Amino acid sequence: MTELLSVRGLSVDFVTDGGVAQVLDGINLDVGPGEVVGLVGESGCGKTTLARAILGILPTGAARIRGGEVRFKGVDLLREDPAAVNDRVRGRAITFIPQDPYTSFSPVFPVQTQIMDLMKWKSPRADNGGGARSPFRRYPRERWRADREAVLETLRAVQIPEPTRALRRLPHEFSGGQRQRLMIAMALLPQPDLIIADEPTTSLDVTIQAQILRLLRALVKQRGVSVLFTTHDLGTAHEICDRVVVMYAGQEMEAAPATAFFARAAHPYTRRLLASVPSPGGEIRDIPGEVPSLIAPPSGCRFHPRCDYATAECREGRPAPRTLAPEHGVRCYHPVDAPIGADG
Amino acid sequence: MRLLALALYRLVWFVPTLLGLLVVTFVISRVIPADPVALVAGETATPAQVEALRRELGYDRPLPVQFVDYVARLVRGDMGTSIFTRRPIAEDLAHRLPATIELTVVAMVVSVLVGIPLGVLSALWRNSLLDHALRVVTVSGLAIASFWLGIMLQLLFAMRLGWTPLNGRLQGFPPRTITGFYLLDAALTGDWPTFGMALLHLALPAATLAFPALATLVRFTRAGVLDVMQSNFVLYERAMGLPRSVIVWKYMLRSALTSTVTQIGLLFGILLAGAVVTEAVFDWPGIGTYAVNSILRSDYNAVMGFTVWAGTIFIVVNLLVDVAHTLVDPRERTL
Repeated sequence: MTELLSVRGLSVDFVTDGGVAQVLDGINLDVGPGEVVGLVGESGCGKTTLARAILGILPTGAARIRGGEVRFKGVDLLREDPAAVNDRVRGRAITFIPQDPYTSFSPVFPVQTQIMDLMKWKSPRADNGGGARSPFRRYPRERWRADREAVLETLRAVQIPEPTRALRRLPHEFSGGQRQRLMIAMALLPQPDLIIADEPTTSLDVTIQAQILRLLRALVKQRGVSVLFTTHDLGTAHEICDRVVVMYAGQEMEAAPATAFFARAAHPYTRRLLASVPSPGGEIRDIPGEVPSLIAPPSGCRFHPRCDYATAECREGRPAPRTLAPEHGVRCYHPVDAPIGADG
Repeated sequence: MRLLALALYRLVWFVPTLLGLLVVTFVISRVIPADPVALVAGETATPAQVEALRRELGYDRPLPVQFVDYVARLVRGDMGTSIFTRRPIAEDLAHRLPATIELTVVAMVVSVLVGIPLGVLSALWRNSLLDHALRVVTVSGLAIASFWLGIMLQLLFAMRLGWTPLNGRLQGFPPRTITGFYLLDAALTGDWPTFGMALLHLALPAATLAFPALATLVRFTRAGVLDVMQSNFVLYERAMGLPRSVIVWKYMLRSALTSTVTQIGLLFGILLAGAVVTEAVFDWPGIGTYAVNSILRSDYNAVMGFTVWAGTIFIVVNLLVDVAHTLVDPRERTL
């Protein structure tokens, strides 16, 4: 499959007061056209950092890209002209749905101002010439009208009642779920190839979560847009994803189609993660040990200190990716070949 | 409509606030151990003559009676007469008011137009040379006494370089009076040489007065912008590739200003207090010098008159700030 997004060997360091934290360590990740990929991992595993690295919005002072590439449609975004990436990729070919819809709108401008400002620069009808990025640049009337029609139509698609009146309201007059619907609309409006959604349902009520997930999945499938969806919740991943990638302490451990993932995950960490999901009648089983420090991470496979199967080679070097089945890859010397739950 | 309701709500508080201010000033001015009546009567007056004058001025009556009498006349617009000039206070104040307003407004405009952009740049280029230089300026702006700054400016620009006049509001004839503001009147009558002269006279006192206000504005704007920089909506706008200029000068500045606007009300207090000192240094014929002279002479009515004026202005400005705050931050529109 020709990939839309292909991250190879991406390593990112964060300079902290305690030392240099190796937050991403040689990450590989692929997203194909029209595919919804779930990036799953515990808090602090680096999934948000990976999302921001792809978008190119890592904090400038603290974060350093140590190596690797982020290929989008064959172009390495890390080595492209930053101004061109900002003009033509960010908000255009790749859009973003934030984690917290409550604070991701400016509280002082009506929704219409904020959506139309986005459309002024990122509408599919806007010319791509870059040019003056002045806040005083004119917004051609004809295009404004066409863009506003598209906005109203998309607001209807995300089920915002009375879109014309909704546009005049301020963000705080919407509920959390409605604000996230607005965010989804804004992610769709530029007609992107890829949407990066960073835990978009974490801050919502559980009942709203399911609605939003179904809506998002329906809309992107209908439009053929790819999604990279980060979450710490396996249930959410199960609900929305075609394929799942698991991260642990800044390394990717396993990538598999959703059905294979939930049935026959092979990496010991993934299996532990799946077993730790509470189920009715079943006991809750946590993973022994602690999440490692990223300032002095374990050598080799970062999961080895907590792994039942670890051997000397796990400490020495990180296992190379190996393919177990079509599209099912794992980075482990001792993959488990058994259905989930069989290893007690 | 909500704005109107807000304005009315604040206006209702105007009366008790002003009354409280009057009580405090009245009591303080009367309990200090100075006898203006004896001063007015002169050194050669006999005790009997002093007492007669005291009765004539009404200062022999109990304090509460004097206060009620004062307020009753104030309501009718009568601020009493100065015991020294024997002229109505209201007339004296009205005569001197334009000079002070002109000075204060120019200082305010300068500090806002310079202070806010400098605050934004200081935050954007945190720990740059500009930021460090501005920190020195703002700390000194708050630490330096304005009478000292005024004298230093006079020494440098008026005495040594000779670029500006030393003091006063204008040499020669003022422009034809329309509003009482020399700059405005000169511009309205097309008297550009006078306009230039008035501007030169204004430069040093306005700079002296603006400096502490400017320092405060730079600090608050910088803090506001730094705070907003961390917010999620800025991260979102960056992720969506909005041009940086739009993010900074539209979205970030507008949010940072919600806190700065509230400061402008307080700034006006700084300016008002500063105007008294600055006017004294530059011999500026405004309310400030009038207040200083009145206090030195224990001229009760004049001191009270100044207080009423300053209090009214301060309350009105804070009312305007509240309204402006509502305009800048629409969330405030629910009373």
